[in-house]
Amino acid sequence: MLILNCPYCGVSADETELTAGGEAHLTLATVGDDDAAFEAYLFMRKNPRGVHFERWRHANGCGKWFHAARCTMTLEVFGTYSAQTSEPPQEIIDSIKARRPDWALSDWMGTGKGDAV
Amino acid sequence: MYSAVSALNGVSNVGFATVTEMGLCGMITLRGDLADAKLAKVITSATGADVPAQRRVTTSGDHAVAWMSPDELLIMLPHDAADAMVATLTEGLSGQHVLVVNVSDARGVFTLSGDGARDVAAKLAPVDFATDAFDINDIRRSRLAQVPAAFWMSAPDTITIVAFRSVAQYVFDVLSKAVAQGSEVGFH
Amino acid sequence: MSMRLETGGRLINRGTKTRFTFNGTDMHGVEGDTLASALLANDQMLMGRSFKYHRPRGVVASGGEEPNALMGTGKGGAFEPNQRATTTALYNGMMVHSQNHWPSLDHDIGAVNDKLSKFLGAGFYYKTFINPRFAWKHLFEPVIRQSAGLGKAPVERDTDTYEHFYAFCDVLIVGGGIAGLMAALTAGKAGDKVILLEQTAHMGGRAAVDHVVDGAVIDGMEADDWINATVATLNDMPNVTIRTRTQGSGIYDHGYALGYEQCSDHAPEAKGPRHRLWRIRAGRIITATGAIERPIPFAQNDVPGVMLAGAVRDYLVNYGVVVGGRTVVVTNNDDAYRTAIALHNAGQKVPAIVDTRLNPQGDLPNQARALGLTVLAGSGLAGVDGGKRVSAVHVCDQSGTGDVTATIPCDCVAMSGGWSPVVHLWSHCGGKLTWDEDAVMFRPDATRAPTGADGLANVIAVGSANGHLTTADVLHDAAGALGGKAVAGDTVTEEPVDPCWMMPANAPYKLQSKAWLDFQNDVKVSDVRQAAQEGYESVEHTKRYTTLGMATDQGKLSNINGLATLAEKLGKSIPDVGTTTFRPPYTPISMGAIAGEAAGDVFQPLRRTPIHGWHVDNGADFEPVGYWRRPYTFLRAGETTEQAVHREVLNTRTNVGLLDASTLGKIIVKGPDAGKFMDMMYTNMMSTLKIGRCRYGLMCSENGFLSDDGVVARLDDDTWLCHTTSGGADRIHAHMEEWLQTEWWDWKVFTANLTEQYAQIAVVGPKARKVLETLGGMDVSAEALPFMAFAEGKIGEFDARAFRISFSGELSYEIAVPASQGRAFWDALLAAGAEHGMMPYGTEALHIMRAEKGFIMIGDETDGTIIPQDLGLHWAISKKKTDFIGKRAQERSFMANTDRWQLVGFETLDGSVIPDGALVLAAGKNANGQTNTQGRVTSTYHSPTLGRGIAMGLLHNGPDRMGEVVEFGDIDGGVIAARVVDVVQYDKDGEKQNV
Repeated sequence: MLILNCPYCGVSADETELTAGGEAHLTLATVGDDDAAFEAYLFMRKNPRGVHFERWRHANGCGKWFHAARCTMTLEVFGTYSAQTSEPPQEIIDSIKARRPDWALSDWMGTGKGDAV
Repeated sequence: MYSAVSALNGVSNVGFATVTEMGLCGMITLRGDLADAKLAKVITSATGADVPAQRRVTTSGDHAVAWMSPDELLIMLPHDAADAMVATLTEGLSGQHVLVVNVSDARGVFTLSGDGARDVAAKLAPVDFATDAFDINDIRRSRLAQVPAAFWMSAPDTITIVAFRSVAQYVFDVLSKAVAQGSEVGFH
Repeated sequence: MSMRLETGGRLINRGTKTRFTFNGTDMHGVEGDTLASALLANDQMLMGRSFKYHRPRGVVASGGEEPNALMGTGKGGAFEPNQRATTTALYNGMMVHSQNHWPSLDHDIGAVNDKLSKFLGAGFYYKTFINPRFAWKHLFEPVIRQSAGLGKAPVERDTDTYEHFYAFCDVLIVGGGIAGLMAALTAGKAGDKVILLEQTAHMGGRAAVDHVVDGAVIDGMEADDWINATVATLNDMPNVTIRTRTQGSGIYDHGYALGYEQCSDHAPEAKGPRHRLWRIRAGRIITATGAIERPIPFAQNDVPGVMLAGAVRDYLVNYGVVVGGRTVVVTNNDDAYRTAIALHNAGQKVPAIVDTRLNPQGDLPNQARALGLTVLAGSGLAGVDGGKRVSAVHVCDQSGTGDVTATIPCDCVAMSGGWSPVVHLWSHCGGKLTWDEDAVMFRPDATRAPTGADGLANVIAVGSANGHLTTADVLHDAAGALGGKAVAGDTVTEEPVDPCWMMPANAPYKLQSKAWLDFQNDVKVSDVRQAAQEGYESVEHTKRYTTLGMATDQGKLSNINGLATLAEKLGKSIPDVGTTTFRPPYTPISMGAIAGEAAGDVFQPLRRTPIHGWHVDNGADFEPVGYWRRPYTFLRAGETTEQAVHREVLNTRTNVGLLDASTLGKIIVKGPDAGKFMDMMYTNMMSTLKIGRCRYGLMCSENGFLSDDGVVARLDDDTWLCHTTSGGADRIHAHMEEWLQTEWWDWKVFTANLTEQYAQIAVVGPKARKVLETLGGMDVSAEALPFMAFAEGKIGEFDARAFRISFSGELSYEIAVPASQGRAFWDALLAAGAEHGMMPYGTEALHIMRAEKGFIMIGDETDGTIIPQDLGLHWAISKKKTDFIGKRAQERSFMANTDRWQLVGFETLDGSVIPDGALVLAAGKNANGQTNTQGRVTSTYHSPTLGRGIAMGLLHNGPDRMGEVVEFGDIDGGVIAARVVDVVQYDKDGEKQNV
C-alpha cells in the first residue's frame, strides 16, 4: 500500500486517502480533432515497465489532484508535483535521472500501450 | 417557534475517552487566494484570527480559522453568527474572486477528549497522531473509518472532528465503539 | 503416555488450575498452558485427522507452524474453527472440538481413504471426477465436500468486537527473541521510535528455552536473566513500544506492515476487542522471526508421537510436559541433542539418538555420550510402528534401502531435519533468497532486499531469520544491522548439518509412499516424485498439482523438504528449483480483525437526512440509494407495500404529497468564468439562464454517455446552483473539480458541495400552494413564483429557497431550508397540510409518477452506454455551443447514427405489468441459439393513476414505430404483447404542473 506526499497538504498520505487517476499529461482532444486523435486521447494509455507519470487525488484530504512520478516495477516514488502543469518539472526529471541515469523523458513520451521502457 | 437542531443534538459517550457531539456550530467555507493580502486583512478584521499556515488553525475568542487546502479556509464561529459573517466577508471581499458560503448545517462536529484521545483517533484514521507529528492547532484532513473527516487538535487532549452531517450517526457510533472501556491501547 | 511431570515448566503456574472440555470430555490444565500442552498433559495424543486420508494425527510442533492440531474452540457466537492448539492459550471453561472426522475422532469412516491412498495420489482431483458430468452435482461434489475440508464455518453472528490501529514508527521489529531484543535495544538507544512485536505472550524466543540445556550466556548473564533485564530496559524507554501476543503478519509496499494482536483470546471474558489489527507504517522493518525446524521424511513419520525435536523440548521446558517416557531422537544436526539431554536431565528415557551423520563429534553429541546416551551414527529410520501413537522405531543404515538393523520400543520420536530461517515476511514484499549450501537453508539475500518509497532497502532480516543459529552470531547480526555493537554471547559450538531429504537415502517406493512431506494436505515424497515423473518441473506447478504447501499452514514444515525432493528427482540443484511464493498473512488471521470496526450497524457509513428520525417513527420502509437510506414508502397498519405506494401516488395526484428530497445533490458554482464552465459541464446552454430561473440539464461523460441530470438554478450574476441525482453529488462535484484543477486551471471558478447544508422538501400536488399559503410567508402564487422559477425568503418562520420544479407532473414546490431547520419545517408542513389531506410519499411513488410523465431516471433509463439522443433529449443538447463534455464523442459515426435503440413508452395490451429487465424479442436466433432482441424495458410499473401497467424502454428505431405491437419475453418463456406509445402517458401537455 503506497504512501505519496501530497504537494498541497505537505503530508505523507496513505493510499486509502487517495484515488488514482491514471496517466498524467494527456493533451485534451475534443471538437475539431479527428477520430483517431480523439480515440487516442480517450482510450490509449501508456503502460510502461519502469518510470511512469500518474495523476492522483487527495480525495480524503484536501481534495486536490496532483502528479506523481513512480516506478511501476519497484514502486519507487521519484516525486510528486502540481497538477497545474502539462509536463513534469525539471526537478522531478532530475530526481528520476539521479536514480535511473539511462532514462530520458522522451522514452516515456514515446511509450505506447504495453511498451517497455 | 421552532428550534434548530444539530445532527445528534449534543449526544455524548464516555469510555476511556469521551466523545461529544458539539451541537450547533457555525461554519463558513471560504475559497479564494489565501496568499492575497487584502483577503488576509478582511479575514483578520472579521474574525480576529490570522490566515493560518498550511494545516494550521488560528483562533481568536470563539472564532477559529482552519486551513483546509491551498485555496480553502473553514471559519468556525457561533452558529447564529454565521450568516452575518458571510455577509461581512462577502462585502469585504466584493470584487475579488472568492466563494463564501455558510456550511454550518452541512457538518457534524465532535470532540474527542481525555488521555486516550490520540489513541482513539488512531484507531480510525491513517494518520500519525503522535505529539511530534500532530500538535495543538494542527489540522489534518483524512478519513475516519469510511468517511472523510478533519481532525483538529483544539486543546491538549482534545481533538475536534468535523464530518458531514449525514454520517454524524455513523461517526458517533464508530467513535463510541473506539472509546469503549477495555479497548485502551496505551500507544500515544 | 504423555503427561505432566511433577516439576518444571517455566511458563506455567501450577497453582492455578484450568478446566476445559475436549470433545465433551472434562480435562484439566494449568495457568500458562497452551491448548496443545494441556491436551498432552491429559495424554490426549490424537488431536485430529488428516485432510485427505483421514489418518490419525497428533501435534507435531509447538508454534505457528503446526499443521495437524487444528481445533474448533468456543461455542455459539464465539465459536472459531481451525485454531492451532499450539498457539491457542488455554482458558478456564474452554470448549474444544477436534475437526475433520466423522463420526468421531477415534473412529472415522473417512480413514478408508488411507487404504485407497495408492489411488489418491498427486493430481487425483484433476484426473478423476471428470465424467460423467451429471455426477458432479449429485455425487462427486457432495462426497468431496463431506470428506474434505477442515473446520466448519460458524453459523452464528460473531459476538466479539475487533478494531484497527494505525501506528507510525522509525523501526518496526518483528520477533521478540534475542535478535529482536538486541535490535530493539540498539534502535531504542539511538533514539528511534521503535515498535517490537512478539507473537507469543513471552519474550526471549528459543534462547529462553535452550539455555536451560546449553547454558548460553549473554552479556555475562544467564540468557533468561539477560532477556528479562533487556525487556525491563526497553519498557523504560519512552520511544519503544513492545506488544506481545501480536504477530507481525505481513509486510507490504512502502514500509506498511500488519500486526495481528490477539487481545483477549486468552481471556474471553475480558472487556475490549478480541483482536486488534495494527496497521503500521515503518521507516525500516527488522524481521527477527527466527527459524522453523524441518521434519525428516521417513516412513510413518506422521504417526502421533512423532514430533519435531524442538517441540518436544518446548513442551518439557516450558510446560513440564513429556510426550512419552521413551523418546528416540532422530536427527541430522547437533541441535536435536539438546532435546535428548533435556529429557535425560528430566529423568526420561532416551534409548537412542539416531544421527544420519557418520561421526558426530560436536559439543552436544559428546555431552550426550558423556551422559551415557547411545548415539547411532550413520543411521536412519526405516519406519515406525503404531497407529494412533508410536510404539517402536525401526533403525536402518541411512545410506541403504531400509533394511532394519534394530527395532527400538518407544512412545515418542523427536525428529530434526535442521532449521529453516523464517523468511516469509522478508519475502512478502519482494525480498529475494539465496541458498546456503553449507547451512542447508534458504536465507535472505541482503543485496536483493525489499525496497521502500525511496527505492532503498527497507527490510533487514536478523538473527536466525537471517540464517545465524548460534547465540553470539544472532546478537552480532541483530546489533550490526542497525549500526550498533552487540553484547557478548557464548554457548556451545555445533557441527554442520547433514542434508537429509529422504530417510534412508535410497528408500524404495514403499517407504516413500508413507513418508509425509505436507502433513496438513497429505502430500508424501512419492507424490512429489510422481509429479516430477509426469513432467512437472516448475515448483509452482508442482505445488498446485500435488497441493504441497497449499494448506492453511502454507507449507511451513513441508516447503524445503518438498522442493528438495523435487530437485533430487529432477536432477537439479535446490536453488535451481527455487521456492514458491510466500504470501501474507504469516499465519491465518481472523476475518474480524480484517473487518475491524466495520461490522453491524457501522458496516457501511449510512447517510441519514435531517428528517430520517421522522421516517423511522412513521413506518418508513427504507431502500438504499448509494449510502443514503430513503423511505421507499410509508406503511400504514394493515397495508401491503404495494397498497401503500398506490395510496401515496393517488393522494399526491389528487391532494398533496410531501417528499424528503434532501438527498439531491446541491453544488454551488461561482466565479467570473462560471458561465463558461457551466456550458462545458452541461449539454445545455446554462450561461444564458436568467437569474431567478431554473433549467433542467444533462451531463455527459467525455465518452458521450449520459452521466447525470438535474435542475440548475441561477442564483446571481456569477453563481449557479446545480442539483444532481441523489447518488451523484460527490461524483459530480469531484468531476467538476477534476476539470477545474487539471484542465482549466486558469478559469476563475470555485465550487462547493452544499448537499448537506440543506434539507429539501418537495410539496407536491394540486393543493401544494394551499399548504404553503397556510404557512404564510413568501408569495407562492403563479405570478410571483411561476413554473421553473425560484424565490428566496421566509415560508412560515423558516429560511427558504423555493423552486417551482416538478418531477411528478403536479404543481410542485421543492423547498430548501438549512438542515438544522429541516425537521421542524417538515413537521410544520405536515401540520399545515393536514387539512388538505397531505401524506408523505416515498421513492417508489416518486418513481411511478415520474414514469407516468415519461421523465427519465439516471440508472434506470441509463446504464453507462446511453446517450441523451437515445432518450429523445435532443432538446436539452445545445446546438449553439462549440463544445461541451461529451460533444466530440457524440459526433462519432456510431453515435450520430439514429439507427439505435431509442426510448419509447409501452402499453401492454392486457394491462399487465412487464417484468423488470424484459427484452423485446426479434425474429430469428443469434449464433448462440438465443432469440434475437430489439430492445428492453427500462422502467415498468403498475400505474394506479391509469389503472394499468406502464413502461418505458429502449426499442430499435422506437420513435418511428408508434402504434406497433411488440413482444416482450416473460420469465416463464411466454410473451407479453405491448403497444409502442409516447413516453408521456399522463398529462401530455403538462397542464397540471404549470398552474
